[in-house]
Formats: sequence, structure tokens, C-alpha cells
Amino acid sequence: MNNPTHDTHWLYTISPKRSAINLNFKEIWQYRDLLTLFVKRDVITAYKQTVLGPLWYLIQPLFTSITFTIIFNNLAGIDTGTVPPFLFNLAGITIWNYFTSCLTGTSNTFGANASIFGKVYFPRIITPLSLVISNLLKFGIQLLIFIVFYLYFYFQGAAISLNGFILLFPVVVVLMGTLGLGFGMIISSMVTKYRDLNYLVGFGVQLLMYISAVVYPMALVEQKMPDFVWLVKYNPLAYIIETTRYMVLNIGALPYWGLVYTFIITVAVFFMGLLLFNKTEKSFIDTV
Amino acid sequence: MNDIILKAENISKQYRLGVVGTGTISHDLNRWWHRIRGKEDPYLKIGDTNDRTTKGESSYVWALKAINFEVKRGEVLGIIGKNGAGKSTLLKILSRVTTPTTGEIKFGGRVASLLEVGTGFNGEMTGRENIYLNGAILGMTKKEITSKLDEIIDFSGCERYIDTPVKRYSSGMTVRLAFAVAAFLEPEILIIDEVLAVGDAEFQKKAIGKMQDISRGEGRTVLFVSHNMAAVKSLCTRAILLENGLITKEGDVEEIITHYLNLESERLVYHETDLYKLKEVAILNSEKKRVSNISNGEDFYIDIALSIKQNKPDIGFCVAIYNELHELITAINSYHINSAIGNLAVGNYNFTIKINKYILNTGIYTLNFHTNNSHGKLYNLFEGVTKLNIYDDGIRRGDNYKGEWPGKISLVPNIVIHEII
Repeated sequence: MNNPTHDTHWLYTISPKRSAINLNFKEIWQYRDLLTLFVKRDVITAYKQTVLGPLWYLIQPLFTSITFTIIFNNLAGIDTGTVPPFLFNLAGITIWNYFTSCLTGTSNTFGANASIFGKVYFPRIITPLSLVISNLLKFGIQLLIFIVFYLYFYFQGAAISLNGFILLFPVVVVLMGTLGLGFGMIISSMVTKYRDLNYLVGFGVQLLMYISAVVYPMALVEQKMPDFVWLVKYNPLAYIIETTRYMVLNIGALPYWGLVYTFIITVAVFFMGLLLFNKTEKSFIDTV
Repeated sequence: MNDIILKAENISKQYRLGVVGTGTISHDLNRWWHRIRGKEDPYLKIGDTNDRTTKGESSYVWALKAINFEVKRGEVLGIIGKNGAGKSTLLKILSRVTTPTTGEIKFGGRVASLLEVGTGFNGEMTGRENIYLNGAILGMTKKEITSKLDEIIDFSGCERYIDTPVKRYSSGMTVRLAFAVAAFLEPEILIIDEVLAVGDAEFQKKAIGKMQDISRGEGRTVLFVSHNMAAVKSLCTRAILLENGLITKEGDVEEIITHYLNLESERLVYHETDLYKLKEVAILNSEKKRVSNISNGEDFYIDIALSIKQNKPDIGFCVAIYNELHELITAINSYHINSAIGNLAVGNYNFTIKINKYILNTGIYTLNFHTNNSHGKLYNLFEGVTKLNIYDDGIRRGDNYKGEWPGKISLVPNIVIHEII
């Protein structure tokens, strides 16, 4: 029965062993069409049967920016320097939104796709990946509205200008997406067992925004609340947002070391997410 | 041709019973504590075999235990068993939806599994878009789907609606479209659940026909999990029988099905009232031997063992024979012997009904039995008292036709030739 010559012909093996990282890149490549089709599905179905359609992508950041401008800048008096507060907030919110949509989208990967995952095998990583990519489109639309307002304020004579580092903006976006994906994968892996996390993510993300320098410049915290500045300083997201504003509005300074730190954290979070995700995908269907 | 394309070694799967989610942290910590000390998982040792009818000792259960089997290239293997025998668990492991607790499975070819038709269908998307999406989920590339798109649409019969969102489809159309995608999958190993059980009888027939084409015509290896014996019979070349998470029998399809039906009918109907005591309803062959598998060319008997507890009892009975589609084929009543039964004295009796050969067509039949009074008022109904598999003796076929024999009954035609002068 045990013909040894055949043992070399096995295409793959299923076993309970869980090697730390056995990401099969060849397999993911084989399923690349599925990735594009998932992205297409997300795009097609996002705003089906809504009257305003993709306009909803614009309404949310605009109204949030207006609200923040009124509350934080007019009421609380946060100083944004020469930059119009509205544009300052919109810049932060646009990149922040990309992070949250990646995080909240991927953090429920297993729960939301249990019906598919329970019926057929494909590399599960395809699902969160497709989300991060389809969210890019949403981000693109929001970036467009930012550009429109940017031009408006520019021609109104506001003291804003692009920085030469703007060429590296795609890197910042990728960093943000990867961070969202990484955290999302970590949470999604744990959520299958401990569903409490689902509730935590909802308001956790909101709280996180306040320590991510979205509505204020980092320097302001150092100046006004030096005791709590570590909360922002250890937060990799804050550096990404600071850098974004540096690039598009030319305010603040480029946090070189902050970016190196962010890069290291991002890579670490991403690989940890990958590790947990890989471990979970094998048997989550028994616990979900 | 005889090489082994799939090999399962010592497959076991353990599940935790009860409410998953409470108390798991403590178990997880305990497990982790054992692991870092290099000890075995403490929860793997305990656990009972998977028998849902008995109350187990521990809250862990083995859904599958030490499963070993091999599948050769081009073979169609049927995996059968009662509800809860472990079929679905095995299927999930084979299709990589979950991992086994122990053991390993080796595959020598590309696998596609069909645990349901239309996985990932999205109502908002059109039929065409869904063909691509579903095909990709099942492991096809865009190029493969494009090359078969016309055939798929044609087979589904949904051409007119192909650019309409699927949510506007009738449920029947959705199933047809979904099955059409699945039918054009081209893996080396295909794993199929009872997805064929969806749709109407006509569609099931079409689906089974397509499955036969796939396995026979194209030499594909198929694993078919089902408790529909008729489908197993018409598709499979070999079968394994699962009972309580163990493989209890393996081999020829007819043999396994017979064994399975025996298992099913082993639960005796034992019922006692003031009037009578029913001991069992059995199928006997022409030699009065208890069987559950019989050729259509052999007379057989339905034997009812009944004890009468009152003199001159007011009792009658009825045996109803149902086919695989739960259609009533015939009901055999005792009205015409009412007076004879009414004169019986207290004692044990066998009522034997003879069924002549060449009446029932091939297939699997289920018998219901009920007792009533002499005017037909129901006393008690016993559903599925026994099952019977009737196979073809081949006589009516001559040497020609090998396929399924159509029709509900199978008379052997008495054709006489007269030359007209």
C-alpha cells in the first residue's frame, strides 16, 4: 500500500501541525483573479440602491471636518497656524478614514465571511487584502474632494503649499493600509473566539483618533500637555498623519525617526497579524 | 491508472460540546501551560466516541476517530452514514475548511469542493458577474471561466437574464446558474456534498446525470458524501460507511448500502397496547431469510410479527411502501381479511404478505406500518419500520441497456410476436 515512489507526487498535505508562517505565496498568486473579483464585488455592491451612491463617500468626511472645525478650532481654539482649520482637519480625516475603513473592514473578516469560509477553501488572506484594495478607491474619492478644497483655499490666497516629499505620499498610504490590515488581522483572529472584541473595536477606533493627532498638530500636545505626550508619541498612526499634513500642507516638520519607528511597528504588526490570521484560518470554523 | 490520488491517515477530529465561548480562556491557558512544558494537550485524552444517542462522560467528543482510507485516480467513492456519523466533518476536513485534530491527508491533485451550490453568490451582481465570482471562489481562473462562459450560460438556461442582478432570479434559476458553474469545474479531485438534494426531482436527475458524465466520461476522481442511497448507488464505484465517527465498512457499493439499510432497519418496532403487541416488521426473501437487499426477479415477503391479547380482536393493519422521492407506491391493507382476523384467539401470529417479483422497480423503498380497527380508525403509525433495496436482475434488459430503468413499477413485458399473413 505504501508505495514510496508516490510519496513524492503529493501536491499538498493537510495536517494539524501549525507551522508559524507557512504563507503559500504561490497559492495566493494562483488566486489573484479572485482578489480582483472580490475588489470588483465590493465596488459594485457598496452603494447599490442608494440615491446618492458614491456621494456618501464625500458627505461623511466633509461633515466630520465641519464639525471638528467648529468644535476644536472655533470653540476649543486649537491653533492650526496659517493653514485653514477646515483643510487641516480634512487632511487628517481623509487619511485617518482609510485606516479605520481598513481596520473595521478586516477585523470582522471571519465573522462576515463565515458562510463562504465554511463551504470552500481559498487562501483566506485574499478577503482582507481585497478590502484594503477596494478601500483605496474610497480613499481616492475622498482625496479628490480634499484636492478640490485645497485648490479652493489656494486660490483664496491661503498660505498652503505642497512639499517636495509629496512624491512619497503613496508610501504613506501603503503604510497606513498595511497598519490597518495588520491590526485588522490580529483582531479578526481573536474575535473568532472572544467576540467581546467586536464591541471594543467600535468605540476603540473613535478613542484612538484622539491620540492620533488627527485634529491637532503633535507639537501642540508637547506644548500643552507634556505629561500625556507619550500617548501620541508611541502611536505610529500619529506620525503618519503628521507626515501627511507635512506633505500636502507643508506644516510642521518631517518626523524622520517617528517614521522609522512607524515603519518598524507596521512591519511587526503586519507579520504578527499574518501569523495569527494563518493560525486562525485553519480551524476558526469550529469556534465561530 | 491505479495510482492513489488521495490518502487519509489516522484522521481524527475533536469537538467541544456545549456552549463554546464560556470557560474557553481557562481551557486555553491550561492547554498553553501544557504546551510550553512540552506536554500533550490535556483535552485530547478525554472524549467519547461520537454517538449522539448516549450521554457522554466528558464535554469533548470525537466526531471522527482514526479514519484511514485511500482513493484511486478515477474512482468515485461514496461516503455514507446516518446523520451525525461524521460525514460533514470529514467533508470539511477534506475540503480544507477545517483541520483535523490528528492525522494527515495527502492529495495528488487539484481539489475543488462543492459543499453547497452558489457559494458567495451576491444578489446585487448580475448572473454573468456571479459566474466569474463563484467560479473564482471555487478555484477557477478568469481565463478558464471566460473560455467556458458560453457553455455555462447555456447549461444554466438563464441566457435571457444573464445581465440581470441575481436577486431578481427565482430560487430555481439561482440554483441552476450555481450548478452550471460547478458543473464546469475541472479539478482532478472533486468533493461533493449532498448539494444535489436541492431543486426539484427533475433537476436532481439532471444534476446526477451531469455528475455521472464528470466521473465516468472524464475520468475525474469524485468523493461523494450522502445519505441518499439512490444517488450513491447510481454514482459511486466504491463506498465507505461511517458510524459514530469510525469507518465500519468499506468496499463494494451494493454491499455497503445493504449493510447500511440493515443498520437502519435494526431498530425494531416494539409496541404494546391492551389489544396487541407488535414485535417487528421484516423483509424476508423467497427462502424466508431476513434480508434488506433483493433482486427484482425474486418474490419476497413482508412479515409482521404481532401478538393478539384479546379474543376476537377489532384490529387491522396497513403497510405503505414509499419510494426514494417519498411517493407512495402502494398501500397494502388488511380489510379483505377482517373477518379472519376478527375470529382470532389470543396468541402470537405472523402475518405474511407476499410481493410478487417484477412488480417494484429497482430502488430503495421505505415501509410505513400502521394499525387500525376494522373500520380503518387509526391506532398507531410507525414510520420507516424497515427499508428495502431492490436491484436489477438484468433479465428485462437483454444485453443492451445498462442505464437506469425508468418508471415506478417494473413489469417484465410479455411480448408475443405474431406474423400477420
